[in-house]
Formats: sequence, C-alpha cells, structure tokens
Amino acid sequence: MQAAPIIKVDGLVKRYQKAERNAVDGVSFDVAPGEFFSLLGPNGAGKTTTISILTTTLAPTGGRVTIDGHDLATDAAGVRRSAGITFQTPSLDRNLSAEENVRLHAILYGLYPWRPTYGTMPAAYRKRLGELADVVGLGADIFKPVRTYSGGMRRKLEVVRSLIHQPRVLFLDEPSTGLDPASRRDLWAYLLEMRRTADTTLFLTTHYLAEAEDADRICVLSRGRIIALGTPAAVTTSLLDRYVLLDATDARALRNELSAKNIAWQEHAGGSQYVRVAANESDVHALLKSIDTPLTAVRTVLPTLEDAYLALVERDELDLGVTSGPAGIVLGALAAANGDGVAVADARVQPVAAGQ
Amino acid sequence: MSLAHEFNALLAIGYRDLLKFLRDRSRLVGTLVFPAVFIVILGGAFGSAAQSGYQFEFQTFIFFGVFAQNMWQSSATGIISLIEDRENDFSQAIFVAPLSRYTILGGKILGESLVALTQGIVIFVFGLVIGVRMAPTQALALIPVAVVICLYGGAFGLILMANMNSQRGAQQVFPFLLLPQFFLGGVFTPVDKFNPVLAFLSRISPLRYAVDLMRGVYYGGVEGSAGAVLASQPFNLAVMAVSGVIFVLIGTAVFVRKERTR
Repeated sequence: MQAAPIIKVDGLVKRYQKAERNAVDGVSFDVAPGEFFSLLGPNGAGKTTTISILTTTLAPTGGRVTIDGHDLATDAAGVRRSAGITFQTPSLDRNLSAEENVRLHAILYGLYPWRPTYGTMPAAYRKRLGELADVVGLGADIFKPVRTYSGGMRRKLEVVRSLIHQPRVLFLDEPSTGLDPASRRDLWAYLLEMRRTADTTLFLTTHYLAEAEDADRICVLSRGRIIALGTPAAVTTSLLDRYVLLDATDARALRNELSAKNIAWQEHAGGSQYVRVAANESDVHALLKSIDTPLTAVRTVLPTLEDAYLALVERDELDLGVTSGPAGIVLGALAAANGDGVAVADARVQPVAAGQ
Repeated sequence: MSLAHEFNALLAIGYRDLLKFLRDRSRLVGTLVFPAVFIVILGGAFGSAAQSGYQFEFQTFIFFGVFAQNMWQSSATGIISLIEDRENDFSQAIFVAPLSRYTILGGKILGESLVALTQGIVIFVFGLVIGVRMAPTQALALIPVAVVICLYGGAFGLILMANMNSQRGAQQVFPFLLLPQFFLGGVFTPVDKFNPVLAFLSRISPLRYAVDLMRGVYYGGVEGSAGAVLASQPFNLAVMAVSGVIFVLIGTAVFVRKERTR
C-alpha cells in the first residue's frame, strides 16, 4: 500500500443521543485507492453508523475522517462529490421511471442542466444512459417505472446510479440484503467487473461472509470497536489453525505414537474417535510420513472466513463487561499501515499481532 | 458547486414532486372533491345562516377563502412528504448529493408549490363553473398572489416538518395546527368581530394573511365588501415575507441538524 490512503479514519467516535455507550468507539483505519475494503460485524456492531458518518449522513461525536483528501468536518461537499453510495434500504423513487431516477441523480451531482424530459436532455447524457442501461441489461426497460422492477434490478439500478458521477469511492451498505442468490451473484459479477475497469475503491459492509472473501482487507467490528483487521486469509489463519483429522484401526496405538513423537494432538470435539493435529498446508505431508500406525482416515480441515468471523465475535462477546482498552484500535492502525498484516485484539488478554 | 448547478438541482427536485402528483390519480381526484365540498356545502350552510351586517355574497367569500387555504395547505402538508422520503430513505440519496441544504429544501418547497398551484387552477375553474365572476385584470392579479401563497405554505410546512420525527407523528399533529386556522384565519367566516383572545389567535395564524391577501385582490375597491378584507395588500405581503423567511431559515437549520445528529 504505497499510495496515500483515499479513506483515512482516525479515532472515530459516535454516541447517539440518550445512548449509554458509544455506537462507534474509537475506530481507526485507512483504505488505499482502488482497494476493496469490507467492514464486518454482527448487528449493532457499528457498521452502518460508521458508513453513515463516512457518507456524511450522520455527524460523528469525535475523531477525524478524510476521504479523497476532503476533511469530513470542513468539506462535506467535497466528500460528497468523491463518494457514490448504495444504501442499505432501497433509495430509488418508485413513482419515477429508472431513467428519471438516474436523470435526477445526474442533475443533483451537477453533471447536466435540468430539462423536463429525456428527449430534451443533452446528447451526452442520453449516450451515457444508453451505455448504463446496456451494462445492467435493462435496455428499453430503463423507461419503465421503477415499481415494476424486481429487487435485483432495483439494486443494480442503484449501483448504476451511484456510479454515474464517477466517484472515487463507492460505498455499499449491505447491497445484497433481500436479493436471491442468482441476483446476488449477478450484482457481484457486475461490481467486480466495474471495479476492474474503473479502479473504483469499494467500501462494503455485509452480512454475507462469502462476499467479504473477495475483499483485499476486512475489518471486523464488535460493539463499536475493531477486533480484527487484515486480509481475509490473514484474519482466518491468525485466529484458527488449519488441522488434520486422523483415524486408525488401532486408535490407542495412534495416540501413543503421536505422544511418543512429541506431535501435539487432541481429541476431536463432537464425540468422534478422530485425533486432531494442527498442521499447515506445508506440514501435512511431513506429518503423514512420520506416522507408522496404519491410518484409516485422513481429513484436512481449512477454516473459512466465516469460522474465523464467528470465533472472533463469540470471543468478543465473552468479554462483555470487561473494560475494553484501546489496544485493538492501536493495532488496527498498525495493521492498516503495514497493509497485509492482521491485528487481532482481545480486550481481556494481551493483544496479538501476527504479520503476514 | 456552482450557482447554475444549485439552480438546476432546485428545479429537478421541484419537478420531481410535480411529476409524482400528476401520476397519482387518487390525489388528483381529491384535489377537486374537497374544495368542492367546502365551497358548495359550507357556502350554502353559512350563507343561509348569514350573519347580519355583511352585504357580500357568502359563497364567493368562501370560495376565495378556500382557494387560498387549499393552496397554502397543500403546499404545507406536501412538505411532510420529506419525512415520508426520509422513512423510505429516498431523501438519503438527495442529502448525500453535493448541494446546499437550502437548495434541497428550497427545491422541495418549489415542488410542493407547483403541486398546489396545479390544484389551484382546478379550483379556479371550479369557481367559474359555480358562478364566481371577476374582471380579467383581477384574474391575472390572482396569479402572483397564488404563487406567494403557495411558497408561504411551503415555508410554514417546512418549519413544522423540521420538528416532526415521523410521518405518523406529523399526521397526528398537523390537524391540530391546521384546522383551527381555518376558522381563525377566516376561511369560512369573517374574523373582524372576534373577542380579544380569538382576535389575538387570529393574528398569529399564518393562514389569515394568505387568505386576506387573496381576498384583497377580489374585494379591493368593491362596494359592500366591508368586513371581507382585513388589511392592506402591502401589510399582508410584508407579514408573509418576514415570517416566511424566518420559517425557512429556522426550519432548514433544525431539519439539517436533526438529520445529522441523531
């Protein structure tokens, strides 16, 4: 990450009126230009609050945010010009046609002068609209009322609309909510293609871990704090070991042999007779070669991002009631600075930072 | 952010409201039915029980009252749709645009004023049908007055809306703030013979000035219209201009502040 960050968040705090705790509690991170950055966390973790502040719809209680060089506190209009936003809840006007929605948006962003009809709009606009309609597969349907569209089409239209002013950063707040799997896949194919061609920075919040796996980096929030920040692979492996499950006809002999050879093992949870041995990809072959007891089953288990995410959030929730220190935040900033690193903070025990 | 950009955005936001109205058939029908009921039924009822001392015709008196009240109210309540937009999250999309907040709310007032003016045209034609007669110069003079009344209603709607949290809340509170003004503002009956308390309440009713401005166009200089008009046109205009600007400034400030500091 050599270029100056396009999003810089420093010590962000938000406390809602009459709330007892901070919804966002000292969050800091950077996002590089062109990066695909994903914010994860359970409901109430502070994702939507964070994205609302970054998109200027909510004022922060403290901290500093700059987007594309514009300070949120002093140059909100600059931030707004640089950002495109697809909101969590549909934000199209259903009384208007898709074209009218796009036209309104384009005029609000100062791209074209106002004209009452499509036909009287400048040729440049009509050309652009035609291209966009083709990209999302709307064709002539672009002139139909939005209320006649499926959920998937509306979502795509919102994305198209949020990109018409060619923002440097596209904020996507849970864009797949309410979409069926086919529409979701379709939307993501479009988003990733768009990112590839336009080099737009993507800032995503999502509940779907599979979507975040494509991200360059993920940031996990829990109760308003960062509990992990790094590449999906780094976060996963730093939290959960890869392991191998072994079984042998002579189960006792296998266990004795492992112990004798100083290979750490444990009984596999779940009541099966498997023996569990931690092993990275590179270790598996050596491990198997070192075992003489005839094996009847070998299974390599790779934890998924979802496993890691659930483990993280579960661990954080166990810490409820423990005063949380700023350690996670500091580490978060460090990890952001070194780019591919991962920081995992535990409010109760010493935080661990594992570089990749 | 250029001035031309802000101006184009203002037009676009306003035009959107007009389009929405023209596409909503039930609202179009309602536009005609309610004023018709007010003018024909109430005009007849009040007219037959006509208070002594007035020499003007009650149905015409009520027609101009309802004409003004309808445009003013339509514009005011139309602004509530901004709360509806907020609940539908459509306003989010407008509010993240690089625009002055005054442009956004100004566009909203413009849009609701266009809707109210469209309704006003319908009511005007209806008035001609039921026999209200006026000179062409009077009819022309109604146009700027109607525009002023619509904008004033929008400004009033803005300051009310800014202090509401939900559409449901707004729908419950608006009747309390609007209905009394129908009577205090003299839509149906003259208000020149109120007792001191009612007279005071009447003076602080914004609708009073809108209605009086409208009637001034018709009754100005007409014989036998004593009691139909309360104040001079410049006075009514001045009150509306000053209070209208205050409504817009405070309303925008409160709305924007609430929007961001939840």
